[in-house]
Amino acid sequence: MRKKILAAVMAGMMLFSLAACGSSDEETTKAPETTKATEAAEDDTTEATEATEGDSTEAAGDLSGSISLSGSTSMEVVVTALQEAFMDANPDVTVNAEYVGSGAGIEAVTAKSVDIGNASRALTDEEKSAGVVENVIAIDGIAIVTDPANEASNLTKDQLIDIYTGEITNWSAVGGADMPIVVIGREAGSGTRGAFEEILEIEDMCAYSSELDSTGGVMARVAATPGAIGYVSLDVVDDTVKPLQLDGMDATEENIKAGTYILSRPFVMATNGEISAQSELVQAWFDFIGSEEGQQIITDAGLILPN
Amino acid sequence: MKQSTSSFSIVGSSKAKTLTERIAARIFLVCGVFAILAVVLITAYMIIQGAPALGQVGIGEILLGTVWKPTAADPSFGILYIILTSIIGTALALVIGVPIGLFTAIFLSEVAPKRLVKIVKPIIELLAGIPSVVYGLVGLLVLNPLMYKLEMAVFKGSTTHQWTGGANLLCAVLVLAIMILPTVINISQSALEAVPRDYRMTSLALGATKIQTIFHVTLPAAKSGIATAVVLGVGRAIGEAMAITMVAGNSVNLPLPFNSVRFLTTAMVSEMSYSSGLHRKVLFTIGLVLFAFIMVINLVLSRIMKKGAQDADK
Repeated sequence: MRKKILAAVMAGMMLFSLAACGSSDEETTKAPETTKATEAAEDDTTEATEATEGDSTEAAGDLSGSISLSGSTSMEVVVTALQEAFMDANPDVTVNAEYVGSGAGIEAVTAKSVDIGNASRALTDEEKSAGVVENVIAIDGIAIVTDPANEASNLTKDQLIDIYTGEITNWSAVGGADMPIVVIGREAGSGTRGAFEEILEIEDMCAYSSELDSTGGVMARVAATPGAIGYVSLDVVDDTVKPLQLDGMDATEENIKAGTYILSRPFVMATNGEISAQSELVQAWFDFIGSEEGQQIITDAGLILPN
Repeated sequence: MKQSTSSFSIVGSSKAKTLTERIAARIFLVCGVFAILAVVLITAYMIIQGAPALGQVGIGEILLGTVWKPTAADPSFGILYIILTSIIGTALALVIGVPIGLFTAIFLSEVAPKRLVKIVKPIIELLAGIPSVVYGLVGLLVLNPLMYKLEMAVFKGSTTHQWTGGANLLCAVLVLAIMILPTVINISQSALEAVPRDYRMTSLALGATKIQTIFHVTLPAAKSGIATAVVLGVGRAIGEAMAITMVAGNSVNLPLPFNSVRFLTTAMVSEMSYSSGLHRKVLFTIGLVLFAFIMVINLVLSRIMKKGAQDADK
């Protein structure tokens, strides 16, 4: 009997040690999945609406046909979320979205080959004079943060560019203490990195010392490293880090809406002619975006609502 | 107790016995096939996913290129620095980890009093069970700040050095060295303990000191087991991702001690979530390269083990 108990205990221990060995591997494979989970957060909200919308589909679902969108890759997350929620509410409508870049999107809508052209920048006067109307559905804002003890409080746009391209390597050059600058950013492919580099026009010129794969990672590393600088979505900034002013302006929703804070960009869904002149379907799409549910999707994607 | 022994009696109907035998054999077969199937599927998947990019970008361009700009308008997918980082990072981790591990094993099997071994051994086994994310966290919170101080001392006044804030190759190497310790210690110790007692006795009887015996008799006799320990340590270090993604900085740079570096594993982990198109395919190619490394390690391992078995037979 005693031998049996011993054997059982030994077997249990072996299982435990095997599980312990295995855990490290699981951890590594889980990492990309968790980042995907945050992306899927919007999917969850749309799924939730699917449940509530289920009964009302007959009332709302009298629309049918298809809407085509084309343009900015940065808008993919929010467009996908809107697309899924809209198609759940209107089961007979198909929304096709292509992500080919802002310029190509505006060209396509100008040529009337798509209904809506997505652009993650303001339209140029030239584009507007071709009859394309700029409908800003959301604003993307980025905050520049440092560790809380940093003495510097304000950077100019040029100083920020010089820091991220490796021209300036010490805080003393920008009004801070004599301390090296640790340049922290996101991995290639991240929307925040894309927006940051696009607005400052330093695409693929940045010299990062750390490339982290999540917003939380950037916040944690910046908070813990003296002399660190990083960029994150405006909505996640908290007390653990110190947001910097840019050109003397605080990173606030008000300043972004007023257009005085430079690290922001509008998400435009351009139409050829006013929305009221569009098809019933396209009008329904914009009505949906303006509805409470549509606005919720936009804020859930970490974006600011335009007035 | 008596009743239970009778239920396990080997005396029974031969029909039931053959049935049990057959079912058991089937279950073992299914389990065996399952493992083989997994290996075959994963290998096929890696090749199907990873190989096309080699053709699209060019083998030389991927394996020998030094510029990693996967999302640029004119993208380049050079992973030479990433491959070098994995090789050099692993090698340095071995340089630090193997002597410490081996000497610990010698201490445990040859020198330490039995009572001390009983305390130390479970602690080392516990080290093997700690999840890698915990190693990463400790590295992030304890080693990183220390490395940053060292970096500031070494590069004081430098205007050309890119400051890493402590997240650099050196930090990753130290974390890896600690992570391979349990593997190296446990397997070397088993190898040392398998050396027949007669060898040591003979050596001591011939007048050699204890330390001479260890280095000239016991260690050479256990060398194939120790080689196995080292190779398994290499496997552990080269495949680790979670801990080093937290401490290595993850920028693609030449693997120098105070540079922020990216390993093969972290290159895949960090960019997989938002990548698309060719970028994603190249990430699978990196996986394929890592896979090739692991295959080579396994081949070396099986050869060492075979040789060890032959030596033992002689």
